[in-house]
Amino acid sequence: MIRLNSATKTYSGASHPALDGVSIEISRGEFVFLVGASGSGKSSLLRVLLREESIDSGAVFVLGESLTQLPQRQIPGYRRKLGVVFQDFRLLPNKSVFHNVAYALQVIGRSKAFIDTSVPEVLRLVGLEDKASSFPNALSGGEQQRVAIARALVNKPELLLADEPTGNLDPDNSREVMSVLEKVNLAGTTVVMATHDRGIVDQMQKRVIEIRHGRVVRDAETASYKELPTGPINKRSGVDS
Amino acid sequence: MRIEFILKETWEGIRGNLSMVTSIILVTFVSLTFVSIAALLQIQIGNLKSYWYDKAQVVIYLCNSYSSEVECPTGAITENEQIAVASQLKSDALNPYIDQYFFESQDEAFVRLVEENPNLSAAQFLTAEQLNAAYWVNLQDPEKASLVVEAFAEQPGVAEVQDQRAYFDPIIDLLNGATVAAGSVAAVMLFSAALLTTTTIRLSAFSRRIELGIMRLVGASSLAIQLPFVLEGLVAALIGGVLAILVTNFLVETFLTQNLALELAFSNLVTTFDLYSIAPYVLAVGAILAVLASGISTYRHIRI
Repeated sequence: MIRLNSATKTYSGASHPALDGVSIEISRGEFVFLVGASGSGKSSLLRVLLREESIDSGAVFVLGESLTQLPQRQIPGYRRKLGVVFQDFRLLPNKSVFHNVAYALQVIGRSKAFIDTSVPEVLRLVGLEDKASSFPNALSGGEQQRVAIARALVNKPELLLADEPTGNLDPDNSREVMSVLEKVNLAGTTVVMATHDRGIVDQMQKRVIEIRHGRVVRDAETASYKELPTGPINKRSGVDS
Repeated sequence: MRIEFILKETWEGIRGNLSMVTSIILVTFVSLTFVSIAALLQIQIGNLKSYWYDKAQVVIYLCNSYSSEVECPTGAITENEQIAVASQLKSDALNPYIDQYFFESQDEAFVRLVEENPNLSAAQFLTAEQLNAAYWVNLQDPEKASLVVEAFAEQPGVAEVQDQRAYFDPIIDLLNGATVAAGSVAAVMLFSAALLTTTTIRLSAFSRRIELGIMRLVGASSLAIQLPFVLEGLVAALIGGVLAILVTNFLVETFLTQNLALELAFSNLVTTFDLYSIAPYVLAVGAILAVLASGISTYRHIRI
């Protein structure tokens, strides 16, 4: 599903690489947390997976595509196979919940019939079927993030990338969002989620990849945040590279 | 990609950015009005030339006994000199350029003078001998008048060779000057319109950055992302162009057709039909400029 081989990325003008020889492999159907301090490189990693950034050296394969060799004009087609959610929801305030989700399908030219069946379906999945005509500012933060998740999922992606999806939410709302993500994952979608939230990582008991200074320093199956050893372990990435 | 979605996005862009779009419309409107005026002035020059140049003749005035020393050092034209002038008009060198010519004697010139100026009080003091006999020459191509002028200017017995087209030179110069003035204003205004369009597209993209971000991340094609912005510039320019045509139409109708044409009894002024014939080109100028400006701005400011 996802494989990085010694992926290295240095932003122009930066003294240290944002990603420094990162090698990871994530299989279909996994739920993976990317943890690390701000500026550790986890957002850069997500941006590389989204093909918002390209790497300087190494290789990145996602969903069977080699992102280093993907021509510019095929990027939109590639992104249609992914779903993304962000900390700040990025909803359109002047559109209803239904139309916020429908927008993602409209812009890629889906038919009205397709939209009219897919959108209610995905709203049901995130538990917002009765809020379809509400506007974002009438919703709680957790509900807004669930709308964003619905929008990311409506085109039925195989991979969902989430960048601090609970970063702006209180614990109750965070729990709400995490249960939706878990449900999505159980339905077969691979989920990669960058987070700071120790509580969530501890509670979910999923695979954790920790990044520090652009390097993978830990990669542990079903780990919790606090159980992680302090020394640099590079268990899985060592196998892949 | 669905055309109705693209059009809806274009409309949203225009609505959300109405004051900037209005400013593009106005600047394009003024600039294209000047483009139209410049084009109509050139058509008017063409009309004048084709109307008057066909009627204009080259006149070869022959010396008479009153001619000045400078023009006619040997006095009135002799019979031999006049035969030489006539045979040169028939010569192979000039004949191909000449449509027709006729000779006007001093007596005929006097009769015409009196006929054309019935109230001329000086007529009673004039005699036919004071006037010049002349050859009136119509040319196949009025632009070749200089050939005839050169051929006869130094001919003995010829007082003066006059190209009547020269009468129209001042008015044509005036119209050409006006064309340059209108064209210069048009160029400056078109340049401002282009700059304004690039700025507007940039602002429009900024005000719709969430939409753009979503479009990119869900994999909208670059056409679906960029086309609404290009269309926004194009729609504004076309509205400005249509306004320019309407206002120029009003100006032509009011000041020329309903006014000057009646006073001058001169049927050769530009009309609204001339305007309609240039309208597609005027709109095309606006459209091409808008697409280029908004296209470049879109390319530079909107990431795919």
